[in-house]
Amino acid sequence: MAISAEFDPAMPWQKSRSVALRPEPFGALVYSFSTRKLSFLKSKLLVRVVEALGDHPDAAAALTACGVPEAQRATYEKALADLARSQMIETRTPA
Amino acid sequence: MPETPQNDAAVLEAPAVAEEDLMEESLVEEVSIDGMCGVY
Amino acid sequence: MTTVERPVGGRLIDQFEYGLDAPICLTWELTYACNLACVHCLSSSGRRDPRELSTAEAEAVIDELQRMQVFYVNVGGGEPTVRPDFWHLLDYAVGHDVGVKFSTNGIKLDKARARQLAGTDYVDVQISLDGATAEVNDAVRGTGSFATATRALENLAEAGMKDMKVSVVVTRENAGQLDEFKALTDRYGAQLRLTRFRPSGRGADVWDRLHPTQQQQRELYAWLLANGDQVLTGDSFFHLSALGEALPGLNLCGAGRVVCLIDPVGDVYACPFAIHENFLAGNVRDDGGFQRVWRESELFADLRSPQTGGACTKCAHFDACRGGCMAAKFFTGLPLDGPDPECVQGYGETALAARDVESVPPRSHLDHSHRGPVRGQPTLLGIPSMPPAKACAESPLAGVPLT
Repeated sequence: MAISAEFDPAMPWQKSRSVALRPEPFGALVYSFSTRKLSFLKSKLLVRVVEALGDHPDAAAALTACGVPEAQRATYEKALADLARSQMIETRTPA
Repeated sequence: MPETPQNDAAVLEAPAVAEEDLMEESLVEEVSIDGMCGVY
Repeated sequence: MTTVERPVGGRLIDQFEYGLDAPICLTWELTYACNLACVHCLSSSGRRDPRELSTAEAEAVIDELQRMQVFYVNVGGGEPTVRPDFWHLLDYAVGHDVGVKFSTNGIKLDKARARQLAGTDYVDVQISLDGATAEVNDAVRGTGSFATATRALENLAEAGMKDMKVSVVVTRENAGQLDEFKALTDRYGAQLRLTRFRPSGRGADVWDRLHPTQQQQRELYAWLLANGDQVLTGDSFFHLSALGEALPGLNLCGAGRVVCLIDPVGDVYACPFAIHENFLAGNVRDDGGFQRVWRESELFADLRSPQTGGACTKCAHFDACRGGCMAAKFFTGLPLDGPDPECVQGYGETALAARDVESVPPRSHLDHSHRGPVRGQPTLLGIPSMPPAKACAESPLAGVPLT
């Protein structure tokens, strides 16, 4: 069982395997089958970032690839930190 | 716990709210799956 | 004409009036059949309805829920495990990415089933119990029902199940047992869930007698504030938020917005506590199935538009309680734009007293209650009870001589 890690954008991350993500007009609802927590993602861009995490060598690269403006990076990193704390995203063991 | 309303009025009145305006608030809200009335 | 734009950001509840693509919590009553005859049953269950969804129709509903990406479904009834295809449907749902939480009186949870259930994160079990002692519980749920429930809890605990829930309907009779309920659930490693008694189904007949007093509501509220982070409530006490600090939860009525009910014959109601034609949105057997009902029914569009609080909007506490529970108001014959019958400011009691003495509150067109005397009958109403024929008897009529 993954212990929620401090969010380090230099690490590789992914949406947790026990998590279901459902897009909604306003962003998405994310539900964890292991913690029974439900989170509401308030931006479509954040949803794209979360979906893209697994495809990039680290979270910072995912943010860049998704086109998160420089001025909002801190906000998006904070959002990812919130998701890490609630175990909605987990670190990836390098292949 | 219910969120304190943040800038709801401003958000609703702006005709086309840009993503930049979201900087002031968290992009993630946690809700309890048991926290919705209408399930026994 | 301007189109109303959905707000960006803000709180989740601000999004609800614009609709969600799928319910967040969906209740699905699989059958009206039940081995018990609880006095306050919200769905007036007992006898199976001949028009029940078939196994194939139930599978089709699950397929739809999978397409809609519903995270999980709250299954109940009646007693869902008395459907012969229950275990098949459970596997089918899990195999199609739909989690299941099912509510049961425990009748079928023997050691083998308990072991089976302990194995997955995708199935949650909720045992119903309305007394921390057999004396209090069985008066409402029937002789032997406390033993059935605790036996199921023992079996689950022994099988290593960690987080089953015990769900209690808080009544005048058990409101003083909150600490004992907590001790009971601790003993089995289960989580306590306290929920509100509403005048729905057979509950309407015993509401005056069983609903908690104002004093008991205040004590319950204080207890929840003190113990709340370990106890679930299904957000059913948001009407008590007017007493002070809000309790955890969305603190609003979810009917037709985030929750709804699919009943055993496929009818879709706004809420399991509102099984009445006025709250019927459609049927899953109609063209377009459940998805069309959820997304396009007039009733739900109506519930998703801003609700008029009516007289309540003038009250300083309106933001906290939002006027309370729609079903509680409806089935006590109160107007929906007025106070909840259990309004903590007392406006509900005033409104109840002001009802025309001749008027009869609305009743559902449906009543699947058992018709004659049943074994293991509740004793609250003073009818003497015969014990169940044998512990595992499904039919409350087992062994009852039928003249």
